[in-house]
Amino acid sequence: MTAVPNIASSTQRSPLEALGNWLLQYILRPVLQILLFVFIAGGSISLLALVVGFVLQTDWHGIDILRVPARINLFEQVVRQLPNMLLDGITIGFVYAVIALGYTMVYGVLKFINFAHSEIFMVGGVVGYEVMIRLRAADMLSSLSPLVVIVLMIGVAMVICGTLATVVERVAYKPLRGAPRLVPLISAIGVSFFLTDFVRGFQALNRNVFNMPYPTDQVTFFNERIVLAQGVSTTNTTLIIIVSAIVMLVGLNYFVNATKIGKGIRAVSQDQATASLMGINVNLMITITFMVGGALGGAAGVLYGLKTTNVTPYIGFIPGLKAFTAAVLGGIGNITGAMLGGLLLGMLEAFFSALLPYFPALGLGYSDIFAFAVLILVLLFRPTGLLGKKVDEKV
Amino acid sequence: MKTLKLFAVVAILALIGQAFVAAPTSAQSNVIKIASHSPLSGGQSLLGTAIRNGTELAILQLGSQVTDLGFTLEFVPFDDQATPDVGVANAQNIVNDAAILAVIGHLNSGVALPASEVYNRSDLVMVSPANTNVNITDRGYPTVNRLCGRDDAQGAAGAGYAVEELKIETAFVLHDKTAYGEGVATFFAAALEEAGVEVLGFEGTTETANFDAVITPILAQAPDLVYFGGIYNQAAVFFRQAREKGLESAFMGPDGMDGSDLAQIGGEAVVGLVYTSAAGPASLYPAAAQFVEDYRAQFGIAPEAYAAEAYAATQIVINALVNAITENGGALPTRAQVAAAVRATEDFETVIGTISFDDNGDPKVATYYILQVASADPEKWGENPLIGSVQAPSPLTAKEMMGN
Repeated sequence: MTAVPNIASSTQRSPLEALGNWLLQYILRPVLQILLFVFIAGGSISLLALVVGFVLQTDWHGIDILRVPARINLFEQVVRQLPNMLLDGITIGFVYAVIALGYTMVYGVLKFINFAHSEIFMVGGVVGYEVMIRLRAADMLSSLSPLVVIVLMIGVAMVICGTLATVVERVAYKPLRGAPRLVPLISAIGVSFFLTDFVRGFQALNRNVFNMPYPTDQVTFFNERIVLAQGVSTTNTTLIIIVSAIVMLVGLNYFVNATKIGKGIRAVSQDQATASLMGINVNLMITITFMVGGALGGAAGVLYGLKTTNVTPYIGFIPGLKAFTAAVLGGIGNITGAMLGGLLLGMLEAFFSALLPYFPALGLGYSDIFAFAVLILVLLFRPTGLLGKKVDEKV
Repeated sequence: MKTLKLFAVVAILALIGQAFVAAPTSAQSNVIKIASHSPLSGGQSLLGTAIRNGTELAILQLGSQVTDLGFTLEFVPFDDQATPDVGVANAQNIVNDAAILAVIGHLNSGVALPASEVYNRSDLVMVSPANTNVNITDRGYPTVNRLCGRDDAQGAAGAGYAVEELKIETAFVLHDKTAYGEGVATFFAAALEEAGVEVLGFEGTTETANFDAVITPILAQAPDLVYFGGIYNQAAVFFRQAREKGLESAFMGPDGMDGSDLAQIGGEAVVGLVYTSAAGPASLYPAAAQFVEDYRAQFGIAPEAYAAEAYAATQIVINALVNAITENGGALPTRAQVAAAVRATEDFETVIGTISFDDNGDPKVATYYILQVASADPEKWGENPLIGSVQAPSPLTAKEMMGN
């Protein structure tokens, strides 16, 4: 297929051809792009891991902290855990990517960092727990199809978190729209604290719980193992996370690039005043941006809950921080960048945490330090992020 | 907007005024307070609340011993949130209230160590139901006592079981980077290496949600046993994720595993996990059956680990208070007098057995129980079978026995 979709000529096409083009542009291309990102991030990190493993397997080159215990053949270890490392990196990378979208969309439209987004994400995790617990109480958890359970969890979380994000915007940000940049930022931090403690208090009164473990062991489908190769297997949960994340990323791509509302959002992000002159309802677009970002955050919360099996009112902070970093790494304001940033960060984390335990002088505790050091390096050379555009105004 | 500001100003003034009115009215009264200090909120609140409840129950049931002498006995619970900073801030408040004559706490050694520095400066006695870190008592403070055993003994007890019964050859040791977790994990790993077991890794992690980073290298080395020196709320998530990723090693942990939330969070993954506990199952103590019944009647839930220990600690404190008041001719004793009376506890019958303190505040002989998780149902936590026990004298007692 060589035909590149061309807006001007598309009116004369047959319906079948139009559908083909639509599929190509909004489904196939984004999916291929995501797979390409996975391939780039995963490939480069694997290569790096193998090179490090090979170089350091016998000789630490006189640098004491790089000394590996004699009983360990680093290269063999790296080869053995490479598939798991990649799987971990991809899974968490997709979760980061979906959260990062919430930060990046709001930044794109308002040039404002919504620090409450991490708590919207946390609420999503808690909603997922509530849905599962209620299904279990109604004896439907094991009788319903697992697909229905997943769709229900993600769906309810998206609705509640989308609404919540809209309410937060209306209550805490909209009244401050004309205020200096720092003011809504502080307001966002306040909302973040409020939501954490609200959920903590609510669940303490509601169920008297702090830890909210997902009852995934009651759905056999979640724990069925997929054997990928000799000694490498994963559970269906990982597959669910990856597939749902891709569906959401593709869906968002379609929403932003193909619908009228998406066009409106893009217009508002480029120039609010002009967009408003063109008859676009700026306030509505901003509300929708928060709603979509919140819904994605809520869905990411459910995915994270499925992955980690336990949510608490405090889970938001760290993934939120990392997703925010991913958004900056990819170029904040840029949706594709958020995806790339999330995947890269997930991979970097998996890479360092897979290697560091073999260096007794360093240890696991340093994995975040190294991952973030790489980020700083990237930002030194590309201050606007990997895919970010140069803008005059910055926070 | 203006009315809002006015309202805010009035509210702030009211708060300040209230603070002044509520300020302590000095110690001339005959009110005695016993404080409990444990995490009442957050992931470890299950055990922290057990400590609070155990203390409260003892005060309700035995407080008359003090009130009969003409004093009012009050119970004040504090929440340390399992955080050293909060614990120290609360400790300052506690020592500033002159009516508080004893503290029952903490759950976490990492909190107890700095908080007890504050207590000790004010001669305020602390009786700990749960802190197993060796440094708690090794500092030799006259105010610091505990009812449970020590991590050097606990690590060795766990390692002994792992070597002799589980017959492991390799192990991976994790800890939570707190004074408690790292302490007990260090003793465990040292005891293993002494017994010739290869320790493949010794790692600390503060991660609470996503354990990928920890699990990948463990998976690649496939140890016979994974030990987690930490507390159930963190460990259970790790164990569950590790099983889901296909790790087949045996699991083991210290007394921090002893909470029904381990099964609540961990599910099937923690069934079969072996843990050492300073708190024996209530069924072991003849006096505890009544306690379990009363506890259920009072709080509507089954006692978790350390509820009985907190009750016993309060028994000791109330007994010491009575002794100190009597020695003081019926007058309110000083904090130092109460601390001395607690330390003098000798062959005292409590709900968890007979207690004597050595000169450092350790129980002269402590028992470590080895238990195994039998069911993923948290309701059945109390039925975990006892699979062994180790008695260990405190270092001072051991030295005494060597001397004789």
